Amino acid sequence: MALAFDEFGRPFIILREQDQKTRLRGIDAQKANIAAGKAVARILRSSLGPKGMDKMLQGPDGDVTISNDGATILEQMDVDNQIAKLMVELSRSQDYEIGDGTTGVVVMAGALLEQAERQLDRGIHPIRIAEGYETASRVAVEHLERIAQKFEFDVNNYEPLVQTCMTTLSSKIVNRCKRSLAEIAVKAVLAVADLERRDVNLDLIKVEGKVGGKLEDTELIYGILVDKDMSHPQMPKQIEDAHIAILTCPFEPPKPKTKHKVDIDTVEKFETLRKQEQQYFDEMVQKCKDVGATLVICQWGFDDEANHLLMHRNLPAVRWVGGVELELIAIATGGRIVPRFQELTPEKLGKAGMVREKSFGTTKERMLYIEHCANSKAVTIFIRGGNKMMIEETKRSIHDALCVARNLIRNNSIVYGGGAAEITCSLAVDAAGDKYPGVEQYAIRAFAEALDSVPMALAENSGLQPIETLSAVKSQQIKENIPFYGIDCNDVGTNDMREQNVFETLIGKQQQILLATQVVKMILKIDDVISNSEY
Amino acid sequence: MPIDKIFKDDASEEKGERARMASFIGAMAVADLVKSTLGPKGMDKILQSTGRGHSVTVTNDGATILKSLHIDNPAAKVLVDISKVQDDEVGDGTTSVVVLAGELLREAEKLVTSKIHPMTIIAGYRMAAECARDALLKRVMDNKENAEKFRSDLMKIAMTTLCSKILSQDKEHFAEMAVDAIFRLKGSTNLESIQIIKKPGGSLRDSFLDEGFILDKKIGIGQPKRIENAKILVANTAMDTDKVKIYGARVRVDSMTKVAEIEGAEKEKMKDKVNKILAHGINCFVNRQLIYNFPEELFADAGVLAIEHADFEGIERLGLVTGGEIASTFDNPESVKLGHCKLIEEIMIGEDKLIHFSGVAMGQACSIVLRGASHHVLDEAERSLHDALCVLSQTVNDSRVLLGGGWPEMVMAKEVDELARKTAGKKSHAIEAFSRALVAIPTTIADNAGLDSAELVAQLRAEHHNEGCNAGIDVISGAVGDMEERGIYEAFKVKQAVLLSATEAAEMILRVDEIITCAPRRREDRM
Repeated sequence: MALAFDEFGRPFIILREQDQKTRLRGIDAQKANIAAGKAVARILRSSLGPKGMDKMLQGPDGDVTISNDGATILEQMDVDNQIAKLMVELSRSQDYEIGDGTTGVVVMAGALLEQAERQLDRGIHPIRIAEGYETASRVAVEHLERIAQKFEFDVNNYEPLVQTCMTTLSSKIVNRCKRSLAEIAVKAVLAVADLERRDVNLDLIKVEGKVGGKLEDTELIYGILVDKDMSHPQMPKQIEDAHIAILTCPFEPPKPKTKHKVDIDTVEKFETLRKQEQQYFDEMVQKCKDVGATLVICQWGFDDEANHLLMHRNLPAVRWVGGVELELIAIATGGRIVPRFQELTPEKLGKAGMVREKSFGTTKERMLYIEHCANSKAVTIFIRGGNKMMIEETKRSIHDALCVARNLIRNNSIVYGGGAAEITCSLAVDAAGDKYPGVEQYAIRAFAEALDSVPMALAENSGLQPIETLSAVKSQQIKENIPFYGIDCNDVGTNDMREQNVFETLIGKQQQILLATQVVKMILKIDDVISNSEY
Repeated sequence: MPIDKIFKDDASEEKGERARMASFIGAMAVADLVKSTLGPKGMDKILQSTGRGHSVTVTNDGATILKSLHIDNPAAKVLVDISKVQDDEVGDGTTSVVVLAGELLREAEKLVTSKIHPMTIIAGYRMAAECARDALLKRVMDNKENAEKFRSDLMKIAMTTLCSKILSQDKEHFAEMAVDAIFRLKGSTNLESIQIIKKPGGSLRDSFLDEGFILDKKIGIGQPKRIENAKILVANTAMDTDKVKIYGARVRVDSMTKVAEIEGAEKEKMKDKVNKILAHGINCFVNRQLIYNFPEELFADAGVLAIEHADFEGIERLGLVTGGEIASTFDNPESVKLGHCKLIEEIMIGEDKLIHFSGVAMGQACSIVLRGASHHVLDEAERSLHDALCVLSQTVNDSRVLLGGGWPEMVMAKEVDELARKTAGKKSHAIEAFSRALVAIPTTIADNAGLDSAELVAQLRAEHHNEGCNAGIDVISGAVGDMEERGIYEAFKVKQAVLLSATEAAEMILRVDEIITCAPRRREDRM
């Protein structure tokens, strides 16, 4: 009890309303935290790898998500425990930074916690364990750096990139057509990549999905896809060499922001106002026509009359286009977004080789393709699939693949997947551990053991004997001193990951190890948990 | 040390076996629910809404049934979803897709209990689905070249689709109607231009396809009831009080005379507009919005037929049919395209008066008038006809056809069985299971018709042992027969969609090993 009394026998109050709070201290606190962290990792463990299972999540509104992506699962889980929330954060930061390996990082952290628990039972102080982990993670990251291979590709030879993206996609439900999806992702990234600066702006890649069709119908469009149709049913459905006026002002009479009143009190005024109104519409359309626009894309709606006038002057138009899409269209077509009709000039028009409307299925759904844009720096990946969940999951998988491709363009070092990187790190860390005098040695060894748990989970999920397989691969790595051997998840018949073309990015793997270590250190350092008890 | 709760209070988590069980059971329950509606002798369901009036729907359409269900089981929702997509994409086969997915899961459940990993099952299912599709591709028939044969193919497909619906009594009549309507579309898949008008009364047999266009509106009083060689202006414009649209404008007057003056000016404005419209040289004016009495009177004076308040789709269709453009301004009469038709007249269907446009310039659109005993019958008839139209319009684009009556399932099952025998490893069990699931469809069709399914399916299987066999189950006579002779055809596109989406859905549910349910969102009390 945290009660102390002063010389008059009054208690010092350290915690307000103490008896209403539950409090865990010392070793109990650490144990409880570790248990919570492990519980989260256990949920994700079975999702790891190409044969990993999916999780079905039912949201608060009854909507169903089926996913294999660690970040998505954790995000949608209604987590209440503080430590579990830390794990969720961990996977989210991996998602933001790297975009892939979100499951792996949580499994890794879970394994580290499990090992830490054993060391705690031995009576090693948590801080010593944390320090040992820190040292070990440094060793592992350096080792990865050493074994990493540069991996050459350029715009014409993007096959290696496709291979890497395929590794990522193979663990998702879309692995049926991973080849075509990986190609789409790589082409999309290369289309927007700035190879000079080695940077990719993923905002330029729009991922759009529409229910229906097959996954195989997914396509990459060098241009923009807008989920809108022409404002008038009788406007032309196809425009070649379009000059696009991108407007953020409505085809409506002006609505000045300042308060004003126009009073009509005589017949003449009524007449003039009427004339002016007509003229106004006429002028707006004329202005667009004058600058040579052949297509008007507008953020706002049109009045019926304006709509007909546009139709009449043979000027197709699209209305109610969202702000983000408008911006993308402007980037792609090299046009400027024009906020006033008065400011329309021919230079501000965007250019596209082809704009066409396409309809889908038996419902009246139409979409607008804007292709062959002047500045093709914006692309759209258009996903088709059997149902909504499939499309959502494909979107997430494509996002992962895009991130991987981007990471490779930023830094073209790779390590081998299938647990190969973890196994070789585990060997390196284990060897390094003996050199450290002091208690940390045990923590370092524990770290090595934790690293083993990733390939172990992989083997387990693939239906192999985990311990048997792991030890076989390990001895093979030591014997031949080659760090390419991993777990043969797909039952191909070889452990050589080079042959199987299973790659992962170096920065992704390093990030995984560093992030997991950091979180585990943080959890280990907590020795007092004060929480409001249930009321 | 007890493990702390990780989830929020009401959230729950189901793992491994239990999760798989929950999703299997949910999915199978849904499949069993619609199972009895499958096939020509399938039964209907009554759906009563919980909303006001407790309106009742009687239907046989899988998508409609599933759409109206309130389902809590997440796996069942996946199935509802695929049936909806099937409806949107090809229009028919909504029941089959759910039943097939359910059967696939039922087979998978057996495999899982005999300790085969779900991933192995999925791999097997994929191989089997691919093989089944190839088997179908090998046996498709394509009569696109031969127009006459193609038309008879379409007729047969329409009749097959309709025979499981309420329209089965008059399927020939309706199939004829649907095929005619589709041919008028000339390859477009825009079913919007086929208008279906439902009028209670008469019998289903009295339904008819009208070459022209029927607008469910009345002709204004004092206007001509019959116009020959009509020139039609299709418009979307305000014909009530044409408001001044400049923001902030308002009328402020200080004496009665001024009011009268303004009113006069307003009338003048309207009159101007009417005159401008009349300047197009028309004798029929159709507007989407209201037409007030005053302009209506002006139109009547000029001998022009004015029709108000046609809905938006009606206007679009009318534009399509008559070839006119939808106008909103009337300043340049020479450049506005007018619509033409030979004859406009008022016709009576039952007790209602409708306006009939016949001899239209472009024959793209048409109207189907459905007659029937009650609203429920009409609604169901509309859904059935919609299914048939969807299938036909898809078939026009992809003209490959297959035989029906369980024939495609048997062909696929045979090939898949073949594959199972050739495949080494655990996967072959899954492939075998796939073929069993396929056979479940003809079994269900036979069961629903009250036939001895075991006997019939066995007979069918034996028949199919011969190469190039056309045998299927003829439910009407209750025996195995040659499907080509009986003219039972199905569209390839529908079958393919059923096969692929059912496999996809089954795979999705199989992959799940954990269900996490979030706490339901608390509704604010609206007291």
